[in-house]
Amino acid sequence: MKGRTLLRHGKEGMKNLGRNGWMSFASISAVTIMLLVVGVFILLIMNMNHFMDSVEEDVEVRVYIELTASDADQEELKSELQQLKHVKDITYLSKDEGLDQLIASLGEENKEVFESLREENPLNDVFVLQATDPQLTAKVADQAETLPHIDKVDYGKQVVDQLFNVTKVFRTIGVILVLGLMFTAMFLISNTIKLTIVARQNEIQIMKLVGATNGFIRWPFFIEGLLLGAIGAVVPIAVVMGGYHYLYANFADRLRLQFAEMVPVYPMTIQVSLILLAMGTIVGVWGSIASVRKFLKV
Amino acid sequence: MITIIEMMNVTKTYSNVVNALNNIDVIIEKGEFVYIVGPSGAGKSTFIKMIYREEKPTSGTILIHGSDITNLKENRVPYLRRKIGVVFQDFKLLPKLSVFENIAFALEVIEEPRDIIRKRVMEVLDVVNLKNKARFLPQELSGGEQQRVSIARAIVNDPRVVIADEPTGNLDPDTSWEVMATLEDINRHGTTILMATHNREIVNTVKKRVIAIESGRIVRDELRGGYGYER
Ligand SMILES: Nc1ncnc2c1ncn2[C@@H]1O[C@H](COP(=O)(O)OP(=O)(O)OP(=O)(O)O)[C@@H](O)[C@H]1O
Ligand SMILES: [Mg+2]
Repeated sequence: MKGRTLLRHGKEGMKNLGRNGWMSFASISAVTIMLLVVGVFILLIMNMNHFMDSVEEDVEVRVYIELTASDADQEELKSELQQLKHVKDITYLSKDEGLDQLIASLGEENKEVFESLREENPLNDVFVLQATDPQLTAKVADQAETLPHIDKVDYGKQVVDQLFNVTKVFRTIGVILVLGLMFTAMFLISNTIKLTIVARQNEIQIMKLVGATNGFIRWPFFIEGLLLGAIGAVVPIAVVMGGYHYLYANFADRLRLQFAEMVPVYPMTIQVSLILLAMGTIVGVWGSIASVRKFLKV
Repeated sequence: MITIIEMMNVTKTYSNVVNALNNIDVIIEKGEFVYIVGPSGAGKSTFIKMIYREEKPTSGTILIHGSDITNLKENRVPYLRRKIGVVFQDFKLLPKLSVFENIAFALEVIEEPRDIIRKRVMEVLDVVNLKNKARFLPQELSGGEQQRVSIARAIVNDPRVVIADEPTGNLDPDTSWEVMATLEDINRHGTTILMATHNREIVNTVKKRVIAIESGRIVRDELRGGYGYER
């Protein structure tokens, strides 16, 4: 296609936007709302995935040693644990160290109550195992459980499973919501474009009579749909970029203290923005194709 | 002689009508001026529509300038139409475009270069004698002038044939003659003209070939015929 022709289609497409001001506005708003929801859900899910990954990294198997086990028993247990498959690392946490950690985590008020426990420490000595791969944590725990001189074996799998379930729910809600909004937006866009087509039926009829190809006639409407979708993506992209920047600046440090890492602003927000722009234009073009096709059948 | 339009055994049936056209056989040569006459509902418009592929024949064969358009693919139809100029009773001009722009539109949408468009539009404005009204809007013209603009648009592409469905149907006798004079002029320059009409006076005065259709059949085909159906 010649550049001049493309320019003409672009101009026509933009004129069409103005022709049905209110319907265009409604279509753009629908795209905007849809993309806002998509954007928020993507950010949420990406952060939850990120958090889950970091939790999984931290998943460790705690092997509580029987209170009655002798030092020799402990030594033997350690070497047996070392020989287990998929074990990356073993650290020993004596019951005194365990109590120190516990007291430290409880804060000042309760400190004294537990200080009194130092005499008769009720905790077990513990071996802390790290699996070579977080996915193998359960396997490592099962193997360890069969060894002698063990009180119990514990690992943080539940936390991960729960998190995973929550993410799954979010994802499902997000997909349903987004699909619904997508169809609404598409419906509105195709109706807006139908209006412009009806308004221009004379023109189209003449174009066909003098031998314009369907492709030529279709272009301005295609561009109109593209513009509706792309303009609808402007606000969501601004919100994603600005909003996440703001949240990251204000909460990332505080959350880090809680051992929850937020996904860095870049490149994620750029990627999400591109996804939103792509979705907006796809919905727009889809809507325009749906409405133009019927009108151009001879 | 070069054959511009040839129909062989053409029948057209609309879903609700028994044969709008029935076994039509006709040959129209280059440079001819042909009237198509007949009572309302006889099938004149249907005949014309099949030439520029607004309608497809139910059976039979249509050749335009030697090529068979009977089973022309949908995406080839635009290229067929670039070889045919079409004129309607209601002009079909775009009200917001000037005379010049209305004619140029026909070339823009087939992506002709700008300088060629200018040149061609000025040429055809000269042919239809409207050079001085190029900047006018359609509503600022008389009916006859508007119809001449639409004729100019039909010929701007330099088509082999111009088909006109009741081009004087909306016009008073005087302006009808204006339009008729324009069509004759174009015909004199070699363009084939095919014109469906109810205008008895024109057909009887400007003697040309007359094809009369009744109930979908050709009932008369005379080289210098009259309108017929005298009361
Ligand atoms: N699109 C259509 N669908 C169904 N029937 C049609 C259609 N177009 C025309 N017809 C029928 O076909 C027959 C021929 O119609 P056509 O328009 O060709 O007549 P005509 O000779 O042009 O009449 P007029 O002089 O009134 O313009 C008529 O009976 C008409 O009702
Ligand atoms: Mg008719």
